[in-house]
Amino acid sequence: MSSGDVENLGTGRAGPLRAGWAALCLLLLAIPLVDRNDYHLDTLVNTGIFAILVLGLNVITGWCGLLNLGHSAFFAAGAYAYALLNARLGLPFWVCLPASTAAAALLGLAIGSCVFRLRGDYLALVTLGCGEIVRIALTNLDRVTGGPNGLIVAHPAVAVPWGRWEFGIRSVPYYYLTLAAVWLTVSISARLERSGFGRAWTAVKEDEVAASCTGINAASLKVLAFVIGAAMAGLAGWLFAGKQGFVSPESFDFVTSIMVVSMLVLGGLGSIGGALVGAAALTIVPELLRPVQEYRMFLFGAVLIVMMLFRPQGLLGGVRLAQEMRPETERVRQEEDETLAEDVRT
Amino acid sequence: MTPLEAFCQQVINGLAIGMIYALIALGYTMVYGVIQLINFAHGEVFMMGAFLGLTVFGAFAGGAWQGNSLVLAPMFIAGMAGCGALGVAMERVAYRPLRASPRLAVLITAIGASFILQNLMMFVWGPCDRSFPGFFSGAGLDLGVVRVTAMQGFIIASSVAMMVGLQVFVTRTMTGKALRAASEDMVAARLMGINVDRVISICFFIGSGLGGAGGILYGMYYNTITFHDGYLAGIKAFTAAVLGGIGSLPGAMVGGIVLGMGEGMAAGYLSSEWKNVFTFAVLLVLLLCWPSGVLRKARHE
Repeated sequence: MSSGDVENLGTGRAGPLRAGWAALCLLLLAIPLVDRNDYHLDTLVNTGIFAILVLGLNVITGWCGLLNLGHSAFFAAGAYAYALLNARLGLPFWVCLPASTAAAALLGLAIGSCVFRLRGDYLALVTLGCGEIVRIALTNLDRVTGGPNGLIVAHPAVAVPWGRWEFGIRSVPYYYLTLAAVWLTVSISARLERSGFGRAWTAVKEDEVAASCTGINAASLKVLAFVIGAAMAGLAGWLFAGKQGFVSPESFDFVTSIMVVSMLVLGGLGSIGGALVGAAALTIVPELLRPVQEYRMFLFGAVLIVMMLFRPQGLLGGVRLAQEMRPETERVRQEEDETLAEDVRT
Repeated sequence: MTPLEAFCQQVINGLAIGMIYALIALGYTMVYGVIQLINFAHGEVFMMGAFLGLTVFGAFAGGAWQGNSLVLAPMFIAGMAGCGALGVAMERVAYRPLRASPRLAVLITAIGASFILQNLMMFVWGPCDRSFPGFFSGAGLDLGVVRVTAMQGFIIASSVAMMVGLQVFVTRTMTGKALRAASEDMVAARLMGINVDRVISICFFIGSGLGGAGGILYGMYYNTITFHDGYLAGIKAFTAAVLGGIGSLPGAMVGGIVLGMGEGMAAGYLSSEWKNVFTFAVLLVLLLCWPSGVLRKARHE
């Protein structure tokens, strides 16, 4: 749901939109009944995990306008929180959900409260550096994290009347679990977007000085965006670790962060539907391109450039975003430069 | 080896790699000085330089050129010119159309360009390390406490020559003056009849050319190159540029040398696994505490 749709809520467009979402949910619920192919379902589970990551990044980058190139650090925090609690203390999967989201949110709080004063390029680089430091730390602290070899963790299991039912390597249970997690993230996102926070984030993104003049505390809003976005990534990490049964630092590298950014840009910055479309397109299309696998990574780079040049609002972004990204004059850029210069001076 | 000798040796090692960082950092800082854009793909240009040099070396290998260090001349000319052209092309395609857009848009195309170049090279040269030819086979100079290899001497001498050349170009020529004017105030420079687009292209050409030269030196020094070497080297060089104050040419040179030495010390006295964390930590502290650099560039009000 893009910002344009929010403005149109209650003016008649919300009805068909609701129906569309409901139809999509029903369709997704029905897929495993028709198609039991593990490969197809696995691809959809991966799509779901990425969709949650993209929705988290959307809070930070799409709404608050802070380009975060270290999103995989939050993903890693969630995954490793579960992996460590499970491998070292033997805690079961479900109990670790709060820990995973909390670990990622804490990392988001730490990074967010360091970087809220930065913007633009510097912010992007600092987040990139934070992401790399987390990955290098996970690789080198091998006493705790198992280093490059990673950690083996338990798959989820549920109690049933006749004992314990292991998810194991079946696809269907993970499919429904992921679907539930995506649904949860989408509904939190949709509520956030319409809340005071969502509007305040947009205000901070579009003009921080004006936003501050209306009494918005830009600094704490930016930190909050990091915390919420990170918590969502933590949820994705928890799911990922449980599904893989294994975590290692290489799943959380810079390429993963860039993939998430590409998905967000493709779908449209700030658009919830766009985040889902972007995640689906960039997970499923590369799978279809398996025969020409070497070219797959080109796709991510090309998507970023082509979208910015020809459709900066992404596939589902609204008119407002289009105008924002492609101003008629150079005014926007100059104003941005001036505020940056002021920051440097003070 | 006494502790003093070991220390001096680390200084020399750090100086050699620092010179390479300084060359790359110049590319970041020149572009930033004029259009306030961090060219994220600059690290990839550096890596392309190394591969271009390797290609030229391959073309000349064998025959009369076997083992002849003169092959370095065509390697550097082709590498620098090729990278310069690549930089100009990148600016035209990915950055110029977005000059009026918010930073986020240009940043995203820059990341896209870097990703494309990286994967292009992976496709052309394969994902494994490629060996880079060594030169000056082991010759060196003993200076009492330290030994400077001919390779290190070559890196330091050629980098200093390029930096001096750049400084002369920027301060003594008409184009250099136009470049300084455009970085001071682009609108005013345009009003004075300076073709700002041309100045920006020249900036990209020179910056990318120096990055390409850095790539060849890097390949010669480590005798190996892969498609993802540009990423880390780019971040280190960017750290160097920020260390010296981004936008300032002497700052980039000093920043590169300081960072190279600091990294050498971190590798020598702490542990080589955490060497890269050192760079990132420096970058974070710098950006958070002194975003305008330790050597503050005099700002006009």
